Amino acid sequence: MNKLNIILNGIVRDNPTFVLLLGMCPTLGTTGSALTGMSMGLATMAVLICSNVVISAIKNFVPSGVRIPAYIVVIATFVTVLQMFMQAYLPALDAMLGIFIPLIVVNCIVLGRAEAFASRNPVFDSLLDGIGIGLGFTIALTLLGAVREILGTGRIFGAAIYPENYGSLIFVLAPGAFIALGFLIAIFNTLKNKQN
Amino acid sequence: MLEYISIIVTAIFVNNIVFAQFLGICPFLGVSKKLSSAVGMGAAVTFVMLMATAITWLLQSFVLNPLNLQFMQTIVFILVIAALVQMLEMIMKKVTPALYMALGVFLPLITTNCAVLGVAILVIRNGMDLGQSIVYAVATAIGFTLALIMFAGIREQLELVEVPRAMRGVPIALVVAGLLAMAFMGFSGIKIG
Amino acid sequence: MSMKSSVANMILSLGCITIVAGALLAWVYNTTSGPIEQAKQEKQVQAIRDVTPDFDNQPMEAKAEIKVLEDIDHVNVFPAMKDGKLVGAAVESWDNEGFSGHISIMFGFDIEGNVTGYTVLSHEETPGLGAKMGEWFSDTANPSRCVIGRNPATEDMHVSKDGGAVDAITAATITSRAFLNALRRAHAAFIQYRDLNQ
Repeated sequence: MNKLNIILNGIVRDNPTFVLLLGMCPTLGTTGSALTGMSMGLATMAVLICSNVVISAIKNFVPSGVRIPAYIVVIATFVTVLQMFMQAYLPALDAMLGIFIPLIVVNCIVLGRAEAFASRNPVFDSLLDGIGIGLGFTIALTLLGAVREILGTGRIFGAAIYPENYGSLIFVLAPGAFIALGFLIAIFNTLKNKQN
Repeated sequence: MLEYISIIVTAIFVNNIVFAQFLGICPFLGVSKKLSSAVGMGAAVTFVMLMATAITWLLQSFVLNPLNLQFMQTIVFILVIAALVQMLEMIMKKVTPALYMALGVFLPLITTNCAVLGVAILVIRNGMDLGQSIVYAVATAIGFTLALIMFAGIREQLELVEVPRAMRGVPIALVVAGLLAMAFMGFSGIKIG
Repeated sequence: MSMKSSVANMILSLGCITIVAGALLAWVYNTTSGPIEQAKQEKQVQAIRDVTPDFDNQPMEAKAEIKVLEDIDHVNVFPAMKDGKLVGAAVESWDNEGFSGHISIMFGFDIEGNVTGYTVLSHEETPGLGAKMGEWFSDTANPSRCVIGRNPATEDMHVSKDGGAVDAITAATITSRAFLNALRRAHAAFIQYRDLNQ
């Protein structure tokens, strides 16, 4: 398999948010602004890359009977490491993402890639898969966050585009998350169908 | 007593786990095509959430806190939940085969239901005591079940409607969920006691 | 590709993974626990510095816990001293009547009891509405909104809807009431502290 394709697959063909529909909780819960969405995407990507590499490296030493628990321990370890580093060096960001950081453990994307890719492929390919899927997730979250921030407050990454009073606040609140994601998936599907 | 009622109302309506806290979305979208499976999933989640919250609360208070091992929280909790689900599956298979037939298929899905781990961590973060935690866990699960059942009811009807091609399936379901979330926003700010 | 499962190798491999994971976590915990503590303290020190008049003491170390009226919980008063004299204080106040519950705000006062500034420490109010309290009440261009420079002892710090002298945030009256409750609580605690320590 072409190495570049592994990364591209993660971003487009197997996009975790728009195509596989995995990891919906952080997708909806942390995209109140483009910045929080992007941070959540990058945090997940960090865990995904580390866990993919380690799981691929140890795959031949883990008996199939305890495969899932072993993977969960590996993933949970990296999540905790990430959480502690964030509390120490990026406390404001940690407070903003809140409970969604420890919940990366149960993000179906991470365990799903461990099962579907890392446990069957060599270390380097798993690294690339982690980068690709992680980027796909980050792009999706940033996009959704940007759309909600623009429609809701007239800003993007905090920079004003039009006066806040013309924004419709509902997009920053819970209902807007569902509705904006619904339309983004519809647009993504349409574009993909056109290409085929 | 008033305090518990307040927790219950808040967890079910004001801060609904799906519509306000964005937890448990995967099963919410995945298992809501049929009303009957929504009821089964809701029951299974209620059971697991109650057990998991009680056990993890005890572990946190009597093992992790005294030993100063709070940083092991995530690992310990997720392993407890995974083991609990596995055990439940085995016990149910032996003791109540009928119940197993009804709920069995949903059990493996619950390990990665972030609502379960989410509630276990939230009760610790909010400093609730054991009684409050258990009431909160059950009420949250009821809120989840309520959301799931309402949503499944609407989706069954949605099957009969002509929807633009691009919006078919998940997109229109998400828009419906958004409208439901808007309805639940009407509860915000309600206080008891 | 993976090994055949037997009880022995299942326990062995899971055990090894857990030990390595535990060791890694213990190491990271040891290296980050210092910075985590520091980050927490810094946030509070920064909040104190943002709201209080010039000081040269260590307000964190002179912290006093003061109970106001019939409250069950106390508020923290961080006195600001200059050349050994009390010049004001930062007061970490709270209120439970916010739209979604608890809010926590750091208020600064000078020795007269005038508000010198405030920082919202934590809240659960609706984003975009109640969350506006960070800017609304410090908007010096709008004297009927702004609380900075005003003295709760001489002016009625209630929202104008309730007959007070402060305009509530548009569409967030409840949050505004909670904010002003916290302000009056902070002021009462500061006066109590000042009269005891002057």
